[in-house]
Amino acid sequence: MDILNYVFPNDIHAHWTLMIVIYPYITGVVAGAFIVSALAHVFHVKALMPVAKFALIFALSWLLFVTAPLINHLGHPERALNMLFTPNFVGPSMMSGFGYIYMAYSILLIFEILVIYRYELTILKKSAIGVKKVIYCVLTLGTNDESMAGRKRDSKVAFVMAAIGIPLACSLHGYVGFIFGALKSVEWWFTPLMPIIFLLSASVSGIAGMILFYIGIKKMTGKLAEVKTETIKVMIQLLWAFFIFDFLFELIELSVHAYGGTEGWHHVAAALNGPLDWSFWTMQIKLLSIVPFLILMWLSLSKVSRSTLLIIGPIVSFMLLAQVLFMRWNVVIGGQIMAKSERGFAVYHPQFFEKEGILVTIIMLVAPIVTLWILSKIFPLWESECDRELTH
Amino acid sequence: MKIDQNFIDKDRRGFIEKVVKGSIAGSLMLMIPMNSKLFAKVAGDDSKLVSLIDPKDKAKHYAFMVDVTGCIGCGSCCVADRKENSVPQGQYRTWVERYVIDIYNTVYVDSPEGGEKGYSKPRTDIKEKIKDAFFVPKLCNMCEEPSCVQVCPVAATFKSPDGFVLVDNSHCVACGYCVQACPYGVRFINNDTKTADKCTWCYHRISKGKLPACVNACPTGARKFGDLNDPKSEVAKIYNSKTVLKVLKKSLGNEPALFYVGAHEEVI
Repeated sequence: MDILNYVFPNDIHAHWTLMIVIYPYITGVVAGAFIVSALAHVFHVKALMPVAKFALIFALSWLLFVTAPLINHLGHPERALNMLFTPNFVGPSMMSGFGYIYMAYSILLIFEILVIYRYELTILKKSAIGVKKVIYCVLTLGTNDESMAGRKRDSKVAFVMAAIGIPLACSLHGYVGFIFGALKSVEWWFTPLMPIIFLLSASVSGIAGMILFYIGIKKMTGKLAEVKTETIKVMIQLLWAFFIFDFLFELIELSVHAYGGTEGWHHVAAALNGPLDWSFWTMQIKLLSIVPFLILMWLSLSKVSRSTLLIIGPIVSFMLLAQVLFMRWNVVIGGQIMAKSERGFAVYHPQFFEKEGILVTIIMLVAPIVTLWILSKIFPLWESECDRELTH
Repeated sequence: MKIDQNFIDKDRRGFIEKVVKGSIAGSLMLMIPMNSKLFAKVAGDDSKLVSLIDPKDKAKHYAFMVDVTGCIGCGSCCVADRKENSVPQGQYRTWVERYVIDIYNTVYVDSPEGGEKGYSKPRTDIKEKIKDAFFVPKLCNMCEEPSCVQVCPVAATFKSPDGFVLVDNSHCVACGYCVQACPYGVRFINNDTKTADKCTWCYHRISKGKLPACVNACPTGARKFGDLNDPKSEVAKIYNSKTVLKVLKKSLGNEPALFYVGAHEEVI
């Protein structure tokens, strides 16, 4: 990938690096996982109840790392809180709203987890010893209430919080799409469909992540038999439904742009068929969209065996997780490659060991998984007897 | 001093309360960006020079004009700018592009090292016969509707009341959103300060009654700066004449205050 023709001298390299590629990726997984839990807690989709609590802890483990790539990217990370103290609401800057939405969503998610787990943690507290007992005392906020009335009240509060959480999770990720979609300086980003595409792809990555980790964790802990076939089937169907709309909007955006055929499109098309050819057409569209789409259709519509679901389900989920990552790359890096001189392409070659390079990216994507393992030591991930008592 | 001590002894609790309140108020003040210093009248060694720019004076309408037909591509402006503003090597507050158009209307543009070394050698890679060639200096467009100001999350980039788009580099977090938002590619994250940087039209010089460094250095007068509301200024005379003026990327609606005289349609 060389500099073809002419690029403005300040724009030879992409300014937004891999960090800004994984930032919407991590945010997307959070939003997507929350939607699964909301479907169970608010819309009472019974088949999803076995993973409803897991969805919240899964979301939390990723939520804790949303800001990590951003802070690493800032030239002055010590001034990061300026976003909260002196936000530019006059512009208004969409980015300045991030801190507030992120904080509001974090508080809501943490409190929802505390409310939903309250009874179970109260029970666990009794048998816990040492540090764990202290942790449970803090997490239950000192309460020992085991009454049915108290548990029903918790359930109602959780319902309301999950209901508020849906628009909040949507705005958390919708505005990430807005950050890109509202920039008129970059033809490839400037589309009102961008927030919708981001939101739908977020849901896809979140649900795909949940399928992969649900089966993966159960397999690794030797409890694969506990995986509910019905739950996997519904999640696969849900994944397919969200992916249909995600892929549809991605294609609509592309085809309307191409059909319009403006001067800007010629530049975009040259990039898609040039430096982005492999990452966009080969990977994002052909291998990681069309193939998973057909597999999901088969899994969703035909009667497939449990073992097929348990083997193909994680594979197709992994493919869609990769699809979303490629989509983020093609949007974030692609938009910068299409230079503002409209006469050439900028370059971006991430290094393995640099500050915002490949190794740091891998660490940031593995950190939430490690965090999930740590959180699982405190919060039981799966539906327990006490949950079933309450629902039946 | 004795009275103070007595006061402290008498009301120790009240005194501590006041100290705490004062500290909190003081800390809050630190969080508020103090851009006002940029508008302060020039003091110190140059105490005789009083700011010519009155930020509240809406009667001024500053504009920059580049006469493409006058630029010889010598690069003096770029050299002057780098020296005046301590711009790190490899980064550009201003640069000069070379346009070459062949008889098939293919446009070739380049700007090796931002044109800073001048264009002493012709391009050798163009096979066809050339019908036109010219130089286009680029700098901040000082937009009326600046995208960079709109997107800055911490309001470190701001527009002064007299129309200058400036950066408070003591407040900038260097997220790079303004770099993405600027349609003209004039912004960059300064390698030395690690904050957003851009051409200011030498605001620090203008406020002392001097011309921008690049205007000062231009041997042909291709770069012009002045007040459109001052009928005696060169820019006002051009602005009010029949001369065809062009702004870059007009369709984006940023309403630049940087005008080009004699620029071709091909100039982006």
